[in-house]
Amino acid sequence: MIEIGIEEKTYTLNLGPQHPSTHGVLRVLLEMDGEYITKAEPVIGYGHRGHEHMAENRNYQQFLPNMGRVDYLHALAYNQGYCMAVEKLVGLTVPERGEFIRVILSELNRISSHLVWIGAYLLDLGAFTPILYAFDDREHILDLLDRITGSRLTYCFYRFGGAPRDLDEEFITGVRAFIKRLRSRFRDYESLVTKNAIFINRTRDVGVITRDQAVKYGLTGPTLRGSGIAYDIRKSEPYSAYPAFDFQIPIGEKGDVFDRYLVRILEMEQSLRIIEQALNQLPNGPIMADKVPKRLKPAAGEVYQAVESARGEFGCYIVSQGDIKPYRIKLRVPSFGNLSILPEVAVDTLVADLVAILGSVDVVIPEIDR
Amino acid sequence: MIIGLIGVIALVATNALFLIWMERKVSAHMQLRLGPMEVGPHGAVQTVADALKLMGKELITPEEVDRPVYWLAPIVIFLPVLLAFLVIPFSRSLIIKDMNVGIVLILAFSTLTVLALLMAGWSSNNKYSAFGAIRAVAQNVAYEIPLLITVMSVILMVGSFKLSDIVAAQGSYWFVLVQPLAFILFITCATAETNRNPFDLPEAESELVAGFHTEYTGMRFAMFFLAEYTNMFITSAVAAVLFLGGWRGPILPGVVWFLLKVYALIFLMMWFRWTFPRVRFDQLITVAWKVLIPLAFANLLITALVLKLR
Repeated sequence: MIEIGIEEKTYTLNLGPQHPSTHGVLRVLLEMDGEYITKAEPVIGYGHRGHEHMAENRNYQQFLPNMGRVDYLHALAYNQGYCMAVEKLVGLTVPERGEFIRVILSELNRISSHLVWIGAYLLDLGAFTPILYAFDDREHILDLLDRITGSRLTYCFYRFGGAPRDLDEEFITGVRAFIKRLRSRFRDYESLVTKNAIFINRTRDVGVITRDQAVKYGLTGPTLRGSGIAYDIRKSEPYSAYPAFDFQIPIGEKGDVFDRYLVRILEMEQSLRIIEQALNQLPNGPIMADKVPKRLKPAAGEVYQAVESARGEFGCYIVSQGDIKPYRIKLRVPSFGNLSILPEVAVDTLVADLVAILGSVDVVIPEIDR
Repeated sequence: MIIGLIGVIALVATNALFLIWMERKVSAHMQLRLGPMEVGPHGAVQTVADALKLMGKELITPEEVDRPVYWLAPIVIFLPVLLAFLVIPFSRSLIIKDMNVGIVLILAFSTLTVLALLMAGWSSNNKYSAFGAIRAVAQNVAYEIPLLITVMSVILMVGSFKLSDIVAAQGSYWFVLVQPLAFILFITCATAETNRNPFDLPEAESELVAGFHTEYTGMRFAMFFLAEYTNMFITSAVAAVLFLGGWRGPILPGVVWFLLKVYALIFLMMWFRWTFPRVRFDQLITVAWKVLIPLAFANLLITALVLKLR
């Protein structure tokens, strides 16, 4: 019997773990048919540092710096989640001014995380300039946060019961000036990126995540909101001082890459609104709860506290057995769930589209590997 | 002719030096930073330092490469571009050999770069390089066609392939005024031919690490770089001759006008690179075959019609 025709074979291409576009040490095993992807499988674990194991060997205060290293881009939200979980466990209430300070700083951090995302994402798509403009804006945030917290990136600022240092006048004027500056910059981003024909061609109708898929895979954050589901923990399960502010949750319609991009841009504007309102309504008073024990020894029990980080729902689940060290801390990170959608969405796309989709999901690999 | 050849090599070297510095400064100022400032006044000697560094690098040849092809590729990419300099009119008298088939020679030799890209990508025995080579071939072939057709529209108006004739025919007005569409098409195709952003898929850094020249180090890598910048010069020179009146201009000597026009077009190409994101591969090919070629044909037909009716 003579076989006519060439046997169609797929070949394996390895994207990463060292690759300019995988946002960390992520390896994606691709099976390709020509330039089209038939199967994409993310391989994680290259950055495992054992944070959860470290938690079992440190007491609660000593574990605070670790939280900033889990997701270094929105470290203050992770700080906040952990502090709130422990405060729930111990039964501390943070005074109002402390809550307002936490919200202001976390929202500033959210903006800086989204700016990094815009810059890196457009760099993946081949536009070399926006990242420098985004980082220029981000420098202002980092300088402001540096004045109060003492660090530029991996913050370890909040304490159990509030914040250790108060905001001063210079910080407040700096933030107001920054808000004005960023709002004028949004026009640049709009005209050079959002309305750019090449960008729209690269991102419209690419990587569509339907509502069912989003719910099934447990996506959270802008990845979920881009598909049209308005779930934001700040509104659905409000915590801290968020009930006092009036802000909207931007959602997308189609669930494609462009919608996820737009959701993040609009979220930055909403964060600016929150910061403005917080500064206007900043109450006077103490910033730390009084009578916080030096060595926390919470009663036996479990607690779960979720906060909305720039990437989605960050949850901190603490099991305590009445000791000064926790029995177990489990960190529920948004990037782990968000990355799971990749094999489903990446089928029958080009490598260029895979890069666009992976960037739009906004994964930070260190938090997946912990 | 020997003097001409020596002059060309000198020009190519200085041009590459200058263009690399210009690219770094232009990109820096567009990105809100300063660029090289340390080595020499405003970083003017930076390129020399980089060239010296590249010369000192070890020439690593990976084990499984196709040796003869791997070694030939940097040479093949560079020589044809050098040969294209033979017919470029820098001024009324500064032309090495004013051939009858001037423009055809340049276009024929610039096609040979595709062969070099394919050689480089294939011989590297690396999937990323092979990808880059495949993309480069498809892209260059697709964009050659509208390039040639737009050049034909201008040749129709002049009636000769000689570059000095083309410049002479622009005595009263530059061709860009009567052929604006051809000019835009030519610049687009030239950007694609030289593999510059937004058409720089063959060397797309964020997707393919470094595309077809991933496996090249040291001086071999420098050759690819040099060839890219020299190619930019050649295509801008052809655009200046075809559309912007070559060396024509008041007061200043012809050479100065010519170089001004060429570098203005190169600046335009650099401006594109630092502003736009990259086009996706299938969109790139779609634009070439479904948009640019019909437009180029339409331009050619209208030109022929207008010339016939005159």
